[in-house]
Amino acid sequence: MVKAIRFFFSVLLMMIYSSAFGSEPEYDTINHTQTESLDLKSSIKEQINHHLQDSHDFHLFSDETTGKHYGFPLPVILWDDGLHVFMSSEFHHGETVVQSDEKFYTLNHGKIYKTDAEGTVNYDAEHHHVINEKPLDFSITKNVFMIFFVGLLLFLMLRSTARSYKKRGDLPSGIGRFLEPIIVFVREDIAKPNIGAKHYKKYMSFLLTVFFFIWLVNLFGLTPIGVNITNNIAVTFALAVMTYLITTFTAKKDYWKHIFWMPGVPVPMKVVLAPIELLGTIIKPFSLMIRLYANITAGHIVIMSIIGMMFVFQNWIGSSLSFILALVLGILELLVAALQAYIFTMLSALYFGSAVEEHDHH
Amino acid sequence: MEKLLSEFSVGLFFWQSLLFIALVFLLRRFAWKPILNAVNQREEKIHEALELADKTKAEMKMLQAQNENLLKEARAERDSMIKDAKETASKMVGDAKNKAKEEADKVLTNAQLAIAAEKNAALTELKTQVASMALEIAEKIVRDELSAGDKQKKMASQLAEEISLN
Repeated sequence: MVKAIRFFFSVLLMMIYSSAFGSEPEYDTINHTQTESLDLKSSIKEQINHHLQDSHDFHLFSDETTGKHYGFPLPVILWDDGLHVFMSSEFHHGETVVQSDEKFYTLNHGKIYKTDAEGTVNYDAEHHHVINEKPLDFSITKNVFMIFFVGLLLFLMLRSTARSYKKRGDLPSGIGRFLEPIIVFVREDIAKPNIGAKHYKKYMSFLLTVFFFIWLVNLFGLTPIGVNITNNIAVTFALAVMTYLITTFTAKKDYWKHIFWMPGVPVPMKVVLAPIELLGTIIKPFSLMIRLYANITAGHIVIMSIIGMMFVFQNWIGSSLSFILALVLGILELLVAALQAYIFTMLSALYFGSAVEEHDHH
Repeated sequence: MEKLLSEFSVGLFFWQSLLFIALVFLLRRFAWKPILNAVNQREEKIHEALELADKTKAEMKMLQAQNENLLKEARAERDSMIKDAKETASKMVGDAKNKAKEEADKVLTNAQLAIAAEKNAALTELKTQVASMALEIAEKIVRDELSAGDKQKKMASQLAEEISLN
């Protein structure tokens, strides 16, 4: 393993050198290629940032030479002293100001800001952040659209599984053949050992849904349409909040007793432990949120950077090796997609388990 | 951290929460409950079937043992019956032999007795016949002797002498 990694990095170094010095004899073109590669690098960076961001229209691909974008618009829903609904195509990719009920909105770097009729955008002192006021944005963005889509897909797949039992008696058919072992796995290896056979049943719906949802959403993030729902902190926050709320509202007396008045330790320790334990209940779901968000985001940045390297190197060793590397990492990301779903579900189950645990030894 | 907070989209949070909760309830109603029920039922069925198989196996074993016992008993009974029959048969043969011997002995003694009686009878007859023949012969001789007068007188005198002597 170590040997393989060492080999891998030496090849990587070789690639970088070969691309840096490959064009050395042609002195007259070196400046030109440098600026070009700088352009390319910044455009790749922009691409990656763009890819990781949510957007108000469903962008599939664009032709850079003609500046044409292919995709379809999505509805924009704003709350700004009343409801404003219009299609995102009205922005023309940020080029025009949209008027709705005597209010003006503009699209700047994927975000909607309030503006005036001329579309004035004010920047802060460093000219980085737009300081215009933002309306409350409940738009059906690309990610919301994909959440809808994945939810619908899950619903159809699993309902057909449920129905196939009725048709064939005991055995599922079609996609159920594939899904049933996973459902049984969640029950046998995630829910039962962590929550206990007595209480696990009431958490099954949440655990199964969260597992399948995260998994499927991660897998869709790896497809070329590349809609990464789980690399939005809002999405992982929503999921973690649900775990927190379920843990808190299904917790038994013992759980609270262990937080506020830890049995079996001296009184001063009890006083010290209470705030720590209380903080722990929030840190646990918080770690769930950050873990999922960071893993998926990092995976995407790495894969896209390596794909970008293919274009930066522009020589056959570097580009083909980057391709292989991207392929390997792509396979790794496939694993990570399932693994993160598993970890989120497993840890949620663990927290539920601690909430309903009965300490009969005190 | 600041970037994370600025990236946080309230709209996305709202939709994600709403859709996810809806998804949980919808799937619970239309998927998880029926699927888990079906899986549970099937597991129970398999469990029952396995139990039944075990039970049947044990029963089979018991039956087999019973059969073997029955067979053993039958065999023992047969053996004892054969033994009995043999004994009876040999006893019968012995009895018959004894009886036949007795009978034969009886016949033999009877025959011997009869033979002895016949022999006595024959001897007696022979004796009488010999006596009568001797008498006849003696008569003839006497008649012949007495035919001449002098001899008759001599004889008479002789007899008289004998009688007188006595």
